[in-house]
Amino acid sequence: MAATAAVSMRGITKRFPGVVANDRVDFEATAGEVHALLGENGAGKTTLSHVLTGLYHPDEGEIDLFGERVAFASPRDAIDAGVCMVHQQFRLVERFTVAENLVLGDRRGAGRRFRIDPRAVASQVHELGERYHLPVDANAHVWQLSVGEQQRVEILNALYQDARVLILDEPTAVLTPEEADTLFATLREIAGEGRTVIFISHKLHEVLAVSDRVTVLRAGKWIATVPTAGATPQSLAALMIGHDVESAHRTPHELDGGDVLEVQDLWADGDRGAAAVKGVSLTLKAGEVVAVAGVAGNGQRELADAIAGVRPSTRGSIRVAGRPLKRGDVRAAFDAGIRYVPQDRLGTGVSPSLSIAMNLELRSYRESSLGPFLRLRRMRTRADKAIKDFDIRAPGPEAPAANLSGGNLQKVVIAREFAGEMKVLIAASPTRGLDVSAVATVHSYLLEAAAKGTAVLLLSEDLDEILALNDRIVVMYEGHLSEVVDRESIEEIGLRMAGETPPASAPAAAGA
Amino acid sequence: MNNALLVVLVASGVAYGTPLLFAALGELLAERSGVLNLGVEGMMLVGAVMGFWTVQRVHANTGLTLALAVLVAALAGTTMAAIHAFLVITLRANQIVSGLALTIFAGAAGLSSYLGNDLNVADQPASHSFHALLPSGMQSLPVVGPILFAQNILVYVSWLCVIAVGLYLSRSRPGLNVRAVGESPAAADTMGINVTAYRYAHTLAGGAFAGVAGATITLAITPQWVNGITGGAGWIAIALVIFAFWRPELCLVGAYFFGALQALAPQLQARNINLGPTVLWTNSLPYVMTVLVLVVVSSGTARRRLGAPSALGTAYVREEH
Repeated sequence: MAATAAVSMRGITKRFPGVVANDRVDFEATAGEVHALLGENGAGKTTLSHVLTGLYHPDEGEIDLFGERVAFASPRDAIDAGVCMVHQQFRLVERFTVAENLVLGDRRGAGRRFRIDPRAVASQVHELGERYHLPVDANAHVWQLSVGEQQRVEILNALYQDARVLILDEPTAVLTPEEADTLFATLREIAGEGRTVIFISHKLHEVLAVSDRVTVLRAGKWIATVPTAGATPQSLAALMIGHDVESAHRTPHELDGGDVLEVQDLWADGDRGAAAVKGVSLTLKAGEVVAVAGVAGNGQRELADAIAGVRPSTRGSIRVAGRPLKRGDVRAAFDAGIRYVPQDRLGTGVSPSLSIAMNLELRSYRESSLGPFLRLRRMRTRADKAIKDFDIRAPGPEAPAANLSGGNLQKVVIAREFAGEMKVLIAASPTRGLDVSAVATVHSYLLEAAAKGTAVLLLSEDLDEILALNDRIVVMYEGHLSEVVDRESIEEIGLRMAGETPPASAPAAAGA
Repeated sequence: MNNALLVVLVASGVAYGTPLLFAALGELLAERSGVLNLGVEGMMLVGAVMGFWTVQRVHANTGLTLALAVLVAALAGTTMAAIHAFLVITLRANQIVSGLALTIFAGAAGLSSYLGNDLNVADQPASHSFHALLPSGMQSLPVVGPILFAQNILVYVSWLCVIAVGLYLSRSRPGLNVRAVGESPAAADTMGINVTAYRYAHTLAGGAFAGVAGATITLAITPQWVNGITGGAGWIAIALVIFAFWRPELCLVGAYFFGALQALAPQLQARNINLGPTVLWTNSLPYVMTVLVLVVVSSGTARRRLGAPSALGTAYVREEH
């Protein structure tokens, strides 16, 4: 190890109203290593990285960069000192070309002059791209690029500015497994040049695959820094969670129920008016869990919306227990027994400013109303019961839904949707952003629903979730579904997520 | 030949279009930084009255007086824009509401009218005004004479402004920065560009342009001050920016087109050509434009389709919470 650390953060404390996001955190990374920052959602990883990149100012603690004390007032100061971050939400100007985006952050070369010429940067971009295997067209506009390509631009941007410390916040969330592998190779190469790569993730297998050392945070506190070489998924999970969590797992079993949900040649448009679901056919039996894998933005949300009636389908039919469903009619879908846990739980799942009690009644207010009037006392009793049954941690039934944590919010949605006769449950990324114990709870509800004979359609970008909870896996790519033949094979799922058909199973896929 | 209807229309289109062009260039700068300013009409009126007041009160030679008047008008517009900038950038007020309020506040029944009465400048002939700059030999050349050479200096300055704004936005470092601020303030902020400063600077510059636009009317076109003299030109200018897809060179074409429309009715009348109620629709144009502007700026989809700066109309809040 080098004598002076590239990055040394000591005793970093960052408080937000009501929360201590970082509590005396120590972090050290050396030049030439890939250092993973591991922790659950809300463990303080992103906060720590924002402190390092000047976006947040720490309340306490000090930061040394290559042995020199630094106090960044803004992200720009950090960039000038060689600390660049690839955010989860890219910081690119979509209507600019790749070259223009690079000039924008440039303070040394072409961008320093008053007169700018993005074309002059293009050749440098090309060169950098060649060197790090990050091919990208410098003259393309960012909005024309895929999410994976945009990420490449972000990394190129950092390299163009000669970043000595490169921080990536959950970079694989938007990538297929193959793209992720390519990214890992690139990161190793960047570290090999003596730069420091800080890789933020909550996915154990990624951390094990790419890093040299791992620092684990939990609940805003530093827990441990260990070399990756000696670590196992179990040892890291134990550090990350602090206790063992029983994770749900589904063993496929005989399904004796009939077909509950039959989707035939379904088409639906995305928000921008282009077809997002293109001829999907899908049948679910009673008690069956079908997991839909895929990279975000391949039509999963639109498919879920269309089946739930939230989004009108443009073609095709949906049948529930043999009876056709009117397209784009939420109430008809609900009455037919379709229940929906939408992906955007705060925006679509609940009405944030309404109370928990009100939110719980959004589906069933007609039963509990008296003509045009709501029966508030009865609603309150029912809410109290739901809070108890579903273990919703809240100040009370009158608390606004917006004040709940993600896990408790999801429990409110589930409590509401589980009411009445539930024939089909559509769960779109139901555990995204939840901590491990909330994930386990949500999973147990899904399995419980299946056990009671509900057909469960689980759409998720989280491969671990897909692998753990399914009787069958299908992959959605550019609006089409393809059936996964070997439900244990990550390789096959990954290929299909990238739109390719695994050679060995081609005939079978054609028949599916 | 120089009296042919088309030549006269184009020539007056250039003259009448110049205030529209100044105002549109200013609005374009503000909008490219993400600030929508619906107060253009009000800022033009204040610029118009203050510019006119300067020529009536200052006793110096014509050139100096007029230059001073344009400067005062620009300052008056800038002051008005500063109110808008403070409200929408610092206090993050709704840009549509603030802009409308500014136009009402400064408009024909407000500040500009008060200033006109209080400074006692209404309905007087101007002591100094802008006249054609070039020798009369050039002005009487066929076709190009009246269109290009019989114009006052403000017209030529406006051409320089179009070129300057165009090059600034497409070829200069601050131009790239301001486009980034208007498209994605978060990205610009991360790259160390001061979003607030850029927005202030361009909103104020927009106000200066609007002030000059107002003075162009009272010092070159009419030349006198009458209450509410802009007659909705500010709204046409805002609409122009939209129709020009936020590009300065297209603003020029549009400004001259609308300028020519204004000249159409009187010219037809003078030639005893009766095309029915032409006056009705050229006179109602500002009102139609106002409605159109309000519809387009309130609809996110319409803005996106037309290629408006992505962050137009939205305040920027750094994500620090």
